[in-house]
Amino acid sequence: MGSSDFVRTFRTPGGERRSGSSFVIDSTLAVLILVLCSFGLTVLYSASGESLFYVKRQLIFMIAGFFLMMVVAQLSLRTLQRWAFVIYALGLLSLIAVLLVGVGAKGAQRWLDFGITRLQPSEIMKVCLPVTVAAYLGARLIPPSFKHVFWSLVIILVPTVLVMRQPDLGTAILVFLSGFLVLFLAGLRKRYIFGSLAIAVGAIPLMWLYVLRDYQKQRILTMFSPEADSLGAGWNIVQSKTAIGSGGLQGKGWTEGTQSQLNFLPESQTDFIIAVLAEEFGLIGVLGLCTLYTCIIIRCLVIGISAKTQFGRLLSGGLGLIFSVYVFVNMGMVSGILPVVGAPLPMVSYGGTAILTLFIGFGILMAISAEPRLMRTQF
Amino acid sequence: MNTDNALSNPEKDRQIFVQRIIVASFFIVLFMLVIISRYFDLQINQYQDFVTQADNNRVHMRPAAPARGIIYDRNGEILADNRSISTLTIIRERTEDLDTLIARIGTLIDLSESDIKSFYKQLKRRRPFEQTPLKFNLTEREQAILAVNEHQLSGIKVSARLTRFYPKKDLFTHVIGYVGRINENEQDAIDSVRYSGTDSIGKIGLEKHYEDVLLGNVGQEQVETNARGRVMRLLDRVDPVPGDDVILHIDSQLQQVAHDAFANQQGSLVALDIKTGGVLAMVSAPSYDPNAFVSGISQKSYNALIHSVAKPLFNRAIKGQYPPGSTIKPLFGLISLSHGDITPSTVIDDPGYFILEGVERPWRDHNADKGGHGTGVDLAEAIIESCDVFFYQMGLKTGIDKLYEGGIEFGLGVPTGIDLQGELGGIMPSREWKKRYRGASWFDGDTVNMSIGQGFMLATPMQLAVMTARIASKGKIIQPRLVKSIGGADIPAPMMDAKDEIDPTIWTYIHKAMGDVVHSTMGTAKSISRGLTYTMAGKTGTAQVVSIGADEDYDKSKLKKSQWDHALFVAFAPLENPQIAISVIVENGEHGSSTAAPIARRVIDAYLSESQPARLVTKNNVENRSYHGIQ
Repeated sequence: MGSSDFVRTFRTPGGERRSGSSFVIDSTLAVLILVLCSFGLTVLYSASGESLFYVKRQLIFMIAGFFLMMVVAQLSLRTLQRWAFVIYALGLLSLIAVLLVGVGAKGAQRWLDFGITRLQPSEIMKVCLPVTVAAYLGARLIPPSFKHVFWSLVIILVPTVLVMRQPDLGTAILVFLSGFLVLFLAGLRKRYIFGSLAIAVGAIPLMWLYVLRDYQKQRILTMFSPEADSLGAGWNIVQSKTAIGSGGLQGKGWTEGTQSQLNFLPESQTDFIIAVLAEEFGLIGVLGLCTLYTCIIIRCLVIGISAKTQFGRLLSGGLGLIFSVYVFVNMGMVSGILPVVGAPLPMVSYGGTAILTLFIGFGILMAISAEPRLMRTQF
Repeated sequence: MNTDNALSNPEKDRQIFVQRIIVASFFIVLFMLVIISRYFDLQINQYQDFVTQADNNRVHMRPAAPARGIIYDRNGEILADNRSISTLTIIRERTEDLDTLIARIGTLIDLSESDIKSFYKQLKRRRPFEQTPLKFNLTEREQAILAVNEHQLSGIKVSARLTRFYPKKDLFTHVIGYVGRINENEQDAIDSVRYSGTDSIGKIGLEKHYEDVLLGNVGQEQVETNARGRVMRLLDRVDPVPGDDVILHIDSQLQQVAHDAFANQQGSLVALDIKTGGVLAMVSAPSYDPNAFVSGISQKSYNALIHSVAKPLFNRAIKGQYPPGSTIKPLFGLISLSHGDITPSTVIDDPGYFILEGVERPWRDHNADKGGHGTGVDLAEAIIESCDVFFYQMGLKTGIDKLYEGGIEFGLGVPTGIDLQGELGGIMPSREWKKRYRGASWFDGDTVNMSIGQGFMLATPMQLAVMTARIASKGKIIQPRLVKSIGGADIPAPMMDAKDEIDPTIWTYIHKAMGDVVHSTMGTAKSISRGLTYTMAGKTGTAQVVSIGADEDYDKSKLKKSQWDHALFVAFAPLENPQIAISVIVENGEHGSSTAAPIARRVIDAYLSESQPARLVTKNNVENRSYHGIQ
């Protein structure tokens, strides 16, 4: 299966083969990420009421993340695969620690406080889990057998349940998907896919009755009719739709958005930042952002297709897909077509752990793109 | 890393992966399209709706209260003013726990039960982020206390606002009335936009009657507010239009003279400018200070006013209905003369009583003890000396129907149409009236009673003043008016056509008789003529408070003061060129000549000496004029 010309353009010259000592960086991905970060900081400056406080903090995390990405990019995949379960175990421990000693707000515990900074283990799990599932399946025959599917699901469900216990249903779903998408890419048979879909649909009434908490149900109901309670639960969504809609084609101009500058828009620096962007830069800005995201997703998938090992393929594909899921979930919820869950807009929303996690993910992708074709060299 | 699995086929594995990537890409494209079409729908298709919604979010209209029109007297003295007071207001949206806040304010400054009650009432009808007043008229000390504690009292605001002030206190209360807080009933009736900047409304008096003129038009400030209601900037401003200033015919100094003349007596006085119908003075004594009502009077003070036996809240000038007594005599004499039922040469004998055929008890003249007015009493003498028997006979001859029609023409029995709310019309009885309200036929005895202004007949001081003014002007239909001009534009005097069907000689006769009431040595009001520098025409009257049997004596010592007769006096001056007409009632004042007439004299003195040099007319001039000409 030869690569098309289109795909080739996304390859870096140095991506084919490198000596072990050379410095690894996927410049295409790096450039796209830097553009996205700059755009994100620009919007964040406006969203935080023209205050440099959040921008500075975010910038520090981005710089730290960028270095972390380059460090991770130098790692050998073999090492990563070998240490995957150790990372996974650490991730699980941190999730358990959150449940025991975590801090948070509004009745949910999400952070571990380390004094100088706070980390959100559930965010870290979003990258730990695909690594682990890919490491497990990468060493096995695909499509996976029932036994492997079963163990994969155990690996996925343990952290999912732990996150759900915080409680943070939105992140739990994203954590689940980050693992499940790897399973899907590994060729999970259609009967399993449709079977699990059927179970999921069947589970909805049970979830509604026994698992979902009142505020979670409220969020889902709110999605269908936000105007019914526009001063209560529907406030966020009514205001974000108003912000987006009033932006029009060209937007009101940077720092000129009335909805965001006058604080009508809630969570404007974090989960709802896309509404600020849409209000101030209009549909043009939204399309620009979508283009940027699309390029990054394509680059991830191309790295996946051209990866030389099954671990690399599954992992890069999984990371690319989960990245696109973040984008859709966030943009969908803010525009009122998905329920409001705690899902930041990648690289744009304010939030240190999410930024670090994303950079680690990109670092892994860069490592994969530079991975030597072990099988060929061995034969 | 498939090296450890012998069955692995790298190319097939890759194929499976690529197939999955293709499936996933399909979904990615699908979701991307869904997302983009959603944003397209919001930002392009529904753009206008959301722009409107975003503007509704941030742009708010803030009312700017207009200044209420100032009320002046005819000389430019201020009778109703606006002045700035400090008011404690609360913005509901900025408070955390309202009840706790109010409780805490209550520990700092004095908050009355009614302040709090009225606050909650107004809270219900306020608009978001509007200031609701809690306490008016803060003292400097209270302002300081609130300023010091402001950081603990989120949501409060001390703001200066204009409030009504009546510098003359109780002097004009029954004319001007007062404004007060808008109550629930009023709230339903008013235009909520026009009143959005104000919380008070005219309650009674001119303040109520001319509410529309005085109010002005509310201004609007278009402001941009943030989500918490804080004003970020002013976008647009439409200035409020102040209410029109109102100038009254009333002369403040004259009013003061009239007010003082009553001293501690209860009663009423109305003085009219005969040329225009303008009310020069209007007193209802006692009065009260209207300023207490502006920001809400305390229940205790209000109860004191309500339960006072002197009835200070009662506007006697337009609502007090009294039997006119003998003050009606000149009018009835005029009616009989004009219908030819009597002539100036008609004379009667007055033995001091009057017997109606078929009625056992006689009607007594007021001086029956002296044996009546004697023989040869004509109309002039009957007016000058107030002979009842002449009027009994004249009344019977003329008949109720003509007297009724004449009474109506001169303003009795119907409200005068003064520009005040709540005026009563008195009673000008007729056959029809008696049938309807008493369920009985009209008897001659009723006519006899009525012919001296007693019986069923009632009139307000305002009506008596109008009647007197119409007599003084020889039949012009004078309409009383308080307001002279509004917003600088004069209010023209209403139509005042003279009634030309009455022979001028009859007018001269009646005017002369009324002049002699004051100026003749036999006149019932001769006591006030001393030192008079102008000519005055008048008529005294006495109105019974309790019914005394026609054959019984009125014995003051047997009665409580509240049962003493009311004293009345009507007058106009100068006789030759009438300018001012006046009616005075002193409740329980007994004799018109001794209590009511001096009050009238003081007011007319003040008016004529002030308005122009009085026409110097000697007593002789008046006495020498005779009644001939209508022989």
